[in-house]
Amino acid sequence: MKSLEKYTDTPDFEYATSGHRACQGCAEILALRLGLKVFGKDSIIAMATGCMEIISTPLPTTSWRLPWIHVAFENVAAVASGIESGIKILMEKGKIAKKDINIIAIAGDGGTTDIGLQALSGAMERGHDFTYICVDNEAYMNTGIQRSSSTPFGAMTTTSPPGKNSIGQKTQKKNMPKIAVAHNIPYVATACPSYPFDFLAKVKKAKETKGPAYIHVLSVCPTGWRIPSDQAIHYGRLAVRTGVFPLYEVENGHYRITYSPEPLQPVAEYLKGQGRFRHLTEDLIAQIQDRVNLDWQELKNYSETK
Amino acid sequence: MSAKKGMEVSIAASVAAKLARVEAIAAYPITPQTHIVEHLAELVANGELEAAYINVESEHSAMSACVGTSATGARTFTSTSAQGMELMHEILFIASGMRLPIVMAAVNRALSSPLSIWGDHSDIMAARDTGWIMVFCENGQEVVDSIIMAFKIAEDRRVLLPMMVNLDGFSLSHVIEPIEFPSQEDVDRFLPPYAPLYTLHPDKPVTMGAYAMPELYTEAKYSQEMAIRNSKTVVKEVMDQFSKEFGRQYNLVETYNIDKADTVFMALGSINENIKTAIDLLKEDGKELGLVAPRLFRPFPGDELAQILKTKKTLAVFERVMPGGAMNGPLYNEIASLVVQNGLNIRLENFIFGLGGRDVEPEELMGVFDRISASSKITHADNKNYGVIGVRS
Repeated sequence: MKSLEKYTDTPDFEYATSGHRACQGCAEILALRLGLKVFGKDSIIAMATGCMEIISTPLPTTSWRLPWIHVAFENVAAVASGIESGIKILMEKGKIAKKDINIIAIAGDGGTTDIGLQALSGAMERGHDFTYICVDNEAYMNTGIQRSSSTPFGAMTTTSPPGKNSIGQKTQKKNMPKIAVAHNIPYVATACPSYPFDFLAKVKKAKETKGPAYIHVLSVCPTGWRIPSDQAIHYGRLAVRTGVFPLYEVENGHYRITYSPEPLQPVAEYLKGQGRFRHLTEDLIAQIQDRVNLDWQELKNYSETK
Repeated sequence: MSAKKGMEVSIAASVAAKLARVEAIAAYPITPQTHIVEHLAELVANGELEAAYINVESEHSAMSACVGTSATGARTFTSTSAQGMELMHEILFIASGMRLPIVMAAVNRALSSPLSIWGDHSDIMAARDTGWIMVFCENGQEVVDSIIMAFKIAEDRRVLLPMMVNLDGFSLSHVIEPIEFPSQEDVDRFLPPYAPLYTLHPDKPVTMGAYAMPELYTEAKYSQEMAIRNSKTVVKEVMDQFSKEFGRQYNLVETYNIDKADTVFMALGSINENIKTAIDLLKEDGKELGLVAPRLFRPFPGDELAQILKTKKTLAVFERVMPGGAMNGPLYNEIASLVVQNGLNIRLENFIFGLGGRDVEPEELMGVFDRISASSKITHADNKNYGVIGVRS
């Protein structure tokens, strides 16, 4: 059994402290709690407006035992760019002591794939030495479950409700990791806290990467997905095992599937039990299965290309 | 003191930022700000200025990156105009709310639509209540001196607020003027390195940008409001100290020929040099006109203005922005408030001029003076409370 010691010197220290206001069963705060242990104390967090921000920092309290800043919704990558540049120049000028400081930007799927995409693209293109973590719960959960471009096809949200003329979300989930890869940054990965060691290994790689690293974390949201709060880990596993959310990494352009779930379980097993997919017909489920098969094959093709 | 050098004001503004030893710059190009950020990039590229230069992908990210650099404790500078200022509008409030002493050269330009790259005050008037300290400059020397003073004011622990130095697009930013630059040693003595109270650093973790529930939001905003109100004392102190060190005296409100004049004009920025020319020309005809020019616009120097205006009979307020459906232009509205609050007995007139780069020459200003002198109340076309100088309706 692997333990946290492989990834961090301080496995027991909590940088995300208890007492925050995350929903029961939130996998997003779990991902951050684990991930921050790997980054360790020499880190600075910039966080976009969103669930993780709002559950952690009502004045005058904070859940973060790391330097932490929140500025706005769409600009976390730009704020992180400023922090990285500021720290670097102050070290060069001898105003602060030289040491390795991890700059971490954290945003949800809305703050990343929609409103924050431009700032993220700019920061990746400029090559700042930072890690961007997108905690993807597949909708604007903080404002009450509105659809984002990261919401999967067919899902019910409050702004993509199924109805006489609607199947729910009518677009396919935006492939954000692929967009990150297109920026030719040194490290891109997908992860899910249901596979904690896979996730921690990726955080470690991202931390050690010189230049931009991007980790896209599927963060199961019991509240928004309409599942029982003790099922977050289970549904994260199903997302991976069905191929809906494959775990892979892309190092300097080279794809590698880090956990192969083949043979894939049918997507119906993942969709079943989630209130947001309750309305789906057999036909729609078949469409989703076809798309997952296609995407999985594409990913395998990428991974085999050297 | 060094001799005066002929230099484009934009270039001079970037030299001033260099003299202030800025450590971080994040900027996105927009006319007419470009020469400032181009020259700064050149200074950094040549090793003449040791600073982080972040080529961001938008003005929104420019101000966001400035918040980031400033939060680490780096002395931070940026510059923008018009649409750029609108795009960073959201973050302007956050920079001031987070009490970060960023300095910006705001090269004032008209707002679209219709698109116009030329100068007026539409941009800054839309940003006037963002919680930034703001000064307006008449000429290139003031721009240079104000940028150096701005860091000292903004970084003062009694203040800790961002500050904008306003200069008119083209009519000031792109003209070549004789400018005297203080030596680096003198600036270093006047402006010591930034010593921030709190920074983002692992040695002392702090949370910045927490949110406030209704129980605390009002208190947070109130303390910020008190900071900008009280900053007036520091602005005055710094201006006085600057005068001692460099021999050029600046005031919160500048005046010209107000002793003999019952009628005074008020405006912001470079038009004041034209008003002074008009005043001189009128004097040749035996007519007396004065100028009252707020150099400091935020915090609004109400007491200082009231003191000057209490003995005047007529005040005409000139503004480079359309009121947008308001009673009057924004500066006039504040003056009207000041007149009521202080119980002043003064006739007020309001004129809009110079929109989208349109020139207003001293002769036109003299014409306004004659119109004011000829009647006790000007009736404006289309039943407006203000006149629009030179408009073809």
